[in-house]
Amino acid sequence: MAYDKFEILKSTAVPLPIENVDTDQIIPARFLKATERVGFGDNLFRDWRYNADNTPKADFVLNNPIYKGKILVGGKNFGSGSSREHAAWAIYDYGFRCVVSSFFADIFRGNCLNIGVLPVQVSPEFLDKIYKAIEANPKTVLEINLSKQTITLLENGEQESFEINSYKKENMLNGYDDIDYLTKMKAEIQEFAEARPF
Amino acid sequence: MSTTLFDKVWDSHVIRKINDGPDVLFIDRHLIHEVTSPVAFLGLKSRNNTVLYPNRTFATADHNTPTINQHLPVKDPLSANQLKALEENAAEYGITHWGLGHKKNGIVHVVGPENGITLPGATIVCGDSHTSTHGAFGAIAFGIGTSEVEMVLSSQCIMQPKPKRMRINVNGELGFGVTPKDVALYIISKLSTSGATGYFVEYAGDVFKNMSMEGRMTVCNLSIEMGARGGIIAPDEKTFNYVEGRLFAPKGKDWGKAMNYWKTLKTDADAVFDKEITFDANNIEPMITYGTNPGMGTGISTHIPKAEEVEGGVTSYRKSLDYMGFHEGDTMIGKKVDFVFLGSCTNGRIEDFRAFASIVKGRKKADNITAWLVPGSHVVEEQIKEEGLLDIINAAGFELREPGCSACLAMNDDKVPAGKVAVSTSNRNFEGRQGPGSRTLLASPLVAAATAVMGVLTDPRTLL
Repeated sequence: MAYDKFEILKSTAVPLPIENVDTDQIIPARFLKATERVGFGDNLFRDWRYNADNTPKADFVLNNPIYKGKILVGGKNFGSGSSREHAAWAIYDYGFRCVVSSFFADIFRGNCLNIGVLPVQVSPEFLDKIYKAIEANPKTVLEINLSKQTITLLENGEQESFEINSYKKENMLNGYDDIDYLTKMKAEIQEFAEARPF
Repeated sequence: MSTTLFDKVWDSHVIRKINDGPDVLFIDRHLIHEVTSPVAFLGLKSRNNTVLYPNRTFATADHNTPTINQHLPVKDPLSANQLKALEENAAEYGITHWGLGHKKNGIVHVVGPENGITLPGATIVCGDSHTSTHGAFGAIAFGIGTSEVEMVLSSQCIMQPKPKRMRINVNGELGFGVTPKDVALYIISKLSTSGATGYFVEYAGDVFKNMSMEGRMTVCNLSIEMGARGGIIAPDEKTFNYVEGRLFAPKGKDWGKAMNYWKTLKTDADAVFDKEITFDANNIEPMITYGTNPGMGTGISTHIPKAEEVEGGVTSYRKSLDYMGFHEGDTMIGKKVDFVFLGSCTNGRIEDFRAFASIVKGRKKADNITAWLVPGSHVVEEQIKEEGLLDIINAAGFELREPGCSACLAMNDDKVPAGKVAVSTSNRNFEGRQGPGSRTLLASPLVAAATAVMGVLTDPRTLL
């Protein structure tokens, strides 16, 4: 499934200053029963967002109208646990295009990149600055510039650069995915497969 | 040049290296199940692609399946729909499929090794993070997302940057009542759930050398819980003996050829790892977790650490203990327990049932405990019966259910109710993992058995 190009994203952000946010919290297993990729945003952070009777939990950030935006800012080791791509789908479907954290779990990071959600890893200090800026002013705007690989707090110009390999960067700037790439390699792959011992 | 086992296997599967980008990695064997594959097949169809090598993909139903009355239609329409999608997709593309009720059906990471799908020196992927299990055979095996499932279906490749290398050595001899599960939980408690992120881990040293294949699978299975891409153990005679003669293992001349290759699969003496850690087996006791991630574990005879004693944020730590209903400094032994779950891709193999039976033999299930004993596959189930373990289990007041992932992730009806405490042999104690509001203590089958007969968290060494 192709996705929209990612160039520059300017948006307010939603803070979630919790460490080790695992993919079971992002989307609990009981909501993985669909056979199509639709509606996962409704169940994003389901058990943190809703009570057992489906009423919203007032103290959860997604239920607080003050915090809005296309950027989710999470604590260290974001996305640990299960390989379910549904977690990345839920984040995308809810309306986020970027997750900022000081550390990402491996598979989650890869899944995000494959579906057009940009994982931006910043230093713990910069993450703290973002949280403080949002706490002081929930309308704080962040700018993520993928070409320049920078993240900026527009209010005061504080900036950090982030890593992304040039292959994935090109993909995201153009809205390509790996399948587009692999499809063109078919002959080479078949030749390799012929020589495999098993 | 000296290289590691991991490098040898990885490098031999790289078709193309992209400058400042991932490697294009050929995948020998691909496992699929009903939950993470349907959208991949939809993607395949929408791009007018087909399955390039149907004989390299194997399907089993496990995540969503009921563990009682499997002969009846699946009641939950959404689950039934996913099972049907898997069956139809497998039939359409000519993929081997072991659906509900098939004698080879079971948890994907249990049936892979049982049927010789898992081989030394192979690359194996599945849309499930516990694919790391198969590293026990000297394979490179790891979990992938659904986009990657589609890649493997259409091209038999994925695109991944090569992870860094880590070696974890555990030397010495394991103490009485200490199992492979405890070794893994101990390592994770020392490294934290992100301590191996970005790495592929080779397990080495006396403890893994002396460990059974089942034990090695348990350890490799839990590699993901410290953030590692996967875990790998050098294949040896034990590995080859396990694989030989299994359904999809090489036969005849091919076996000989494969063996010649497999015998080269070890880390060279002076190979260098990006990180190397060594533990002493003597320091490991039966483990128990007390929090909401697998890194929050401790020796069963100890207490819950104070927030200041652990790495990481105090707020997240306290939030976690609040969820569990526990307090800093609490003693673990004697904690009230409501449910016991024996099963999952971590501890659903024959050895785990033998361990459980060794403790419950001649004893009775405690009245306050609801116990779910779920074999990893029908093959395991048959073995439990053949070895007489079922009689022992039944005599102690336990019942055996039918195979599946079950209460490990509670996608089916096997859900621990809100606020209830489960001692579970599975792999994750995340909030709500075993049902909304459920509280999970991860442990070995011995701890699970001891707790099941005593009714409170119990050190199995007191019953062995």
